[in-house]
Amino acid sequence: MLLGSSMSSIAETSVPVVPRRLPAASSWTLTIAVAVALAALLPLGFVLWATVATGWETAFQLIFRQRVGDLMVNTVLLVVFTIPVCAMLAVSLAWLTERSDLPGARLWSWLAVAPLAVPAFVHSYAWIGLWPGLHGLSGGVAISVVAYFPFLYLPVSAAFRLLDPALEDQAASLGLAPFAVFRRVVLPQLRLALCGGALLIGLHLLAEYGLYAMIRFDTFTTAILDQFQSTYNGVAAHMLALVLVLCCFVLLGLEAGLRGRRRYARLGPGVARRPKITKLGRWKYFCLLLPLVVAAFSLGIPALTLGRWLIAGGAGIWRMDEIGLALWQTLVICLIGGIATTAAAVPIAWLSVRRPTRASRFLEGCYYLASSMPGVVVALALVTVTVRVMLPLYQTVATIVLAYVVMFLPRALVSLRASIAQVPVELEQAAASLGRSPGNALWATTVRLAAPGAAAGVALASLGIMNELTATQMLAPNGTRTLAMAFWALTGEIDYAGAAPYALLMVVFSMPLTWLLYSQSKKIAGR
Amino acid sequence: MTLLQLTSLRKHYGAVAALDGVGLSVAAGSRTAIVGPSGCGKTTLLRLVAGFDQPDAGSIVFGGRVLVDGAFQVPAHKRGIGIVSQDGCLFPHLTVAQNIGFGMEAERAVKEASAAELMDMVGLDRAMLSRKPDQLSGGQQQRVALARALARKPRLMLLDEPFSALDTGLRAATRKAVTDVLTAAGITTLLVTHDQAEALAFADQVAVMRAGRFAQVGSPREVYSRPVDPATAAFLGEAIVLPAAVAGGRAESPLGVLPVDDAAYRGSAEIMLRPEQISVTGGGGNGVSGTIAEISFCGPTSDVRIALGGTDISIRLDIPSREALAAGDQVTIGVSGKAHLFRQ
Repeated sequence: MLLGSSMSSIAETSVPVVPRRLPAASSWTLTIAVAVALAALLPLGFVLWATVATGWETAFQLIFRQRVGDLMVNTVLLVVFTIPVCAMLAVSLAWLTERSDLPGARLWSWLAVAPLAVPAFVHSYAWIGLWPGLHGLSGGVAISVVAYFPFLYLPVSAAFRLLDPALEDQAASLGLAPFAVFRRVVLPQLRLALCGGALLIGLHLLAEYGLYAMIRFDTFTTAILDQFQSTYNGVAAHMLALVLVLCCFVLLGLEAGLRGRRRYARLGPGVARRPKITKLGRWKYFCLLLPLVVAAFSLGIPALTLGRWLIAGGAGIWRMDEIGLALWQTLVICLIGGIATTAAAVPIAWLSVRRPTRASRFLEGCYYLASSMPGVVVALALVTVTVRVMLPLYQTVATIVLAYVVMFLPRALVSLRASIAQVPVELEQAAASLGRSPGNALWATTVRLAAPGAAAGVALASLGIMNELTATQMLAPNGTRTLAMAFWALTGEIDYAGAAPYALLMVVFSMPLTWLLYSQSKKIAGR
Repeated sequence: MTLLQLTSLRKHYGAVAALDGVGLSVAAGSRTAIVGPSGCGKTTLLRLVAGFDQPDAGSIVFGGRVLVDGAFQVPAHKRGIGIVSQDGCLFPHLTVAQNIGFGMEAERAVKEASAAELMDMVGLDRAMLSRKPDQLSGGQQQRVALARALARKPRLMLLDEPFSALDTGLRAATRKAVTDVLTAAGITTLLVTHDQAEALAFADQVAVMRAGRFAQVGSPREVYSRPVDPATAAFLGEAIVLPAAVAGGRAESPLGVLPVDDAAYRGSAEIMLRPEQISVTGGGGNGVSGTIAEISFCGPTSDVRIALGGTDISIRLDIPSREALAAGDQVTIGVSGKAHLFRQ
């Protein structure tokens, strides 16, 4: 019997036509993936439900009023000013660090990513430490640029590394001067990276709470939280959430339209030549000013303010019992959230690599869509659902972990998928032919070999969770006080010195995770 | 008239000399092929002419204008030299029409009209103008790349292994189409290839390159029949190299007494014959006798090793397949034409 089954497996693997191998594993995985997708789409469903439940008339009154108009103007201006500045900054920095002989290019490249280790609301805290009067749109744009430009720098610099320099040579031979080559050949090929990064920044601008609350700049997210804190879970908050979700959809639609359908793959065989490095010559020191100024604003200001408060506060601000507890709670919740997020991503990651069908692509799209919903909407949805349907789950670890899964699943998915794709499917088949059951074969081969990718996924999801404030505040179980929450509570009491150790710890723990993000982007780009 | 003059070009990558003093003159309207094994520096040479890289030393003069001399360098976009590279290098974000019009400075209508004309010229359907490059086959991409380079009416066209990415059948057809177009337009052409048959078929002048130097420059017939050394001979095709005693234009060799192409040389030397000079017949006849030591059938030809009678030397060559021949058979070997003498 045993011999028979292994013989038939051998026969099957030697047939070139791909039969439905491991059907049981496939259908189980699909079921789990669908269940996770349904959970992830809960916030969207909630917004739809809330709109219907509110009724058109009330909804109309709540949406078309002065307050919402003001918030809309703020949001649109914030996006319209921040994204182009980030894009210009990211392209200039990426060109300098990847394609010129700028002294210390590697260092500057790392320093251009490092601001991601500083949570957005800590940037804000640092700036008002220096300029206490900072507020409004100009402040919001300035801080958003330094906090978020790495999201564009990372993909754009990776795209620079992947460009085929032969195309630039070709354009020169067709009579184009260097700047024209950049405009007509290089820039169009950066379009995918620019669109993707700009979308990510746009979604962050819509979702961020702490950064704008601290400088008293009103956006939909801050308004929803204000509503939530004053009237708990009213209809007005629901309708603001609806408008916010619509804004997200506008961004998603814009990006999809601008990106176009086609990938600009390298045509033809062979490996691309190493890119040409432009000699800056006497412009060298002038060019150094850009990364220097950017690093001064994005890293220098947080370092300066933090350092000042830490020195001013002295030993008195290090209340070790409270800090220790917050650190412990943060690490536990990051670990649980990170592992849960990665585990939830395994089925869809496996399906999208091993069984790429229209259904798996659709499911994947659902996850990305769900994660682009702002944390405040996710939290609002989960609060409403737990209170109305499953009260015992309200303000439990399970609920907050679900929120993290919804928000950060794509981070885990990207690293998992990359590492699963590197494990040859023949190993799974070989394990099956040696008598392992389908699930067992998967566990013994692909899962084991994809472990580094899974670890990276856990780390990246944890980075998001550690610096998450909005949903954590709304969903955390009573008595929970993570680093971010403690930091926020102390700055709310204008105890800037007392908040400094928490900010420092968040930055310190985010550093290695940001490094991981940086090296992963290098690896994806093949170097 | 010389259109392109290269003098003592040198280029190092770290400690490796990619070009070690290369000189070449290319006549206007001619076709020159640079042929050599991969890594011999031929692509480096082409990139220097195109202006993509700068030589460490040497000069390039093109149509009476100095392009490179020492530190002086005319940038690539001001040279007016066209290039078609190995994979066509089409811009993936532009349509075929936009690719062809890329280097033209004209109004849109003029560009579109010339793009259509160029499509006819390179033998492609005008309906393809609106396609993206990834919707074309490899051969079509190469033709579009040629049209794009032709659009600027260059006086010199550089071809960097433009046919090597194509299948065998397509390669010959594309090569003929490209040659015809360039000849019709009267454009001087410099081709770089590792395929010696392609070089010999394409060019008026062949430069054989080895380890950063030109081993020999001459007409295709000259480099093929009178190579400078055994290595060049072997690179350009099958060669049978034998020891011989030479005097008065005659060589005493294991294949008998043969006329050689050098009347003055006297002494022992190596001589070379090409396989097509040798005929193998079964049984008796005029010539040297030998025994078939090995034979393997390859379809229209058979690969044989023949041990020459009275010596321990054997020769290896392809002969037309015949039913009768088998290992151990006696054959007679005849030689036509002169043997080539390598002077030592």
